[in-house]
Amino acid sequence: MKLKNWRELTPGAVILEAGNAIEFKTGSWRSFRPIWKEEYCIQCLFCWLYCPDMAINVKDGKRAEFNYDYCKGCGICALECPGKKGNKAIVMIEEGE
Amino acid sequence: MAKTVAATGNEAVANALRQVNPDVSAAYPITPATDIMQRFTGFVSNGKVKTEMILVESEHSAMSGCIGASAGGGRVMTSTSSQGLALMWEMLFIASGLRLPIVMSIVNRALSAPLNIHGDHSDAMGARDSGWIQLWSENAQEAYDNTIQAFRIGEHMDIRLPVMVCLDGFIISHSIERIDYLEDEEVRNFVGEFRQVNPLLDIEHPVSYGPLILPDYYMEFRKAQEEVESKVSKVVSDVSKDFEKISGRKYRLFETYMLDDAEVGLVVLNSAAGTSKDVIDEFRNRGIKAGLLKPRLYRPFPYRETGEALKHLKAICVLDRADAFGGSYGPVFIDISTSLYPYREKPILINKIYGLGGRDYLPEHAELVLNELVEIAKTEKVTTIKEYIGVRG
Repeated sequence: MKLKNWRELTPGAVILEAGNAIEFKTGSWRSFRPIWKEEYCIQCLFCWLYCPDMAINVKDGKRAEFNYDYCKGCGICALECPGKKGNKAIVMIEEGE
Repeated sequence: MAKTVAATGNEAVANALRQVNPDVSAAYPITPATDIMQRFTGFVSNGKVKTEMILVESEHSAMSGCIGASAGGGRVMTSTSSQGLALMWEMLFIASGLRLPIVMSIVNRALSAPLNIHGDHSDAMGARDSGWIQLWSENAQEAYDNTIQAFRIGEHMDIRLPVMVCLDGFIISHSIERIDYLEDEEVRNFVGEFRQVNPLLDIEHPVSYGPLILPDYYMEFRKAQEEVESKVSKVVSDVSKDFEKISGRKYRLFETYMLDDAEVGLVVLNSAAGTSKDVIDEFRNRGIKAGLLKPRLYRPFPYRETGEALKHLKAICVLDRADAFGGSYGPVFIDISTSLYPYREKPILINKIYGLGGRDYLPEHAELVLNELVEIAKTEKVTTIKEYIGVRG
């Protein structure tokens, strides 16, 4: 993306478009990565509900893979995940592992 | 039709604010500015203005409230002094960075410690690089006139910056002077309607204020702000001309008094300029070519115009009612030196620190300084560049 020069900016850094978080990818902030284990997923969609960004993809009403571009690795999804029979459907692993 | 009254500086400023009738004000009392907002809240209670008055628990909150209201879309004003301004420090930069044209009266008072409630300029000088426009006022009339003009200047579409209107604590704020008020309708027509460019409360067009700007863009926003600063002088001049049409009172970026043919001169802000002008008259009667320059638009400082107005003098004393500790010289001295720096031939400059914590500035102080300048002009020798005057020991 071509960066704007100083003459092209909105006064006071006011953002004029709503819903612009999609333009700001925060995935590079992550030091822990959530991993989805489909076999333990009960499709409750708590992860989608709790995710503070837009890192949980949902397709046809069903949980799909993470969108890591927007995952800061906060771990809320893993904490809230009820899992199945004592096994979490989302676990956090350290990046690089 | 103008109305002539006897009023204090604070009363005059409060009356200007009543006539402007802003949408919102958030304020917290502090001596000697308290009186302005006390009178103004009286206008609110008595239905003389339609202003939404927010009474807050500190000056930090007062400025925060003003920022929110201004971003929301309102015409906003407040008032403070000394420690109150110091407590607003963090929010001052947010108001200017967000380009919100808030108007604030600063009733100049010394900073603590030691605790003191009287007039000097250390409060506003501490905020001189905060991105706010600063207009300084010699007397109640100028404080009234500057307050009205401040709305037009800050709200100008090329500018959109907050404005401080400074007047000397107690000396002006609490002394009764003769003053000419404009009619309410004249003031209303002069300031006109205010329209925020991107109001936060326009729910049809949602916007975000105060986003995180990282190294890839921060410097561009700062450069854009610096560019705006360069346009302020012209807008101040234009607004002053319009104001002259309704008031008959002439304002410039600075006032010059007997300066055109002067050989020695004083540069001084606010109320001390009045005393100095009387002494300059006495020197002129004795055939000494003395003059004075009184800055009005102090931020952004009109360096080029000021340098041009002073460069022909032989010797100048810059009188500072605040010290800039560690900066070696008083703040006005530093600016005047900078304005004269580009000239190969320039006046000899000295700096006197006077009137701190409300210490009286007397005619004999001006006499002493002018006599010293006459001597310097003759001998071209300076013994001390910077000196405290009116101090014991």
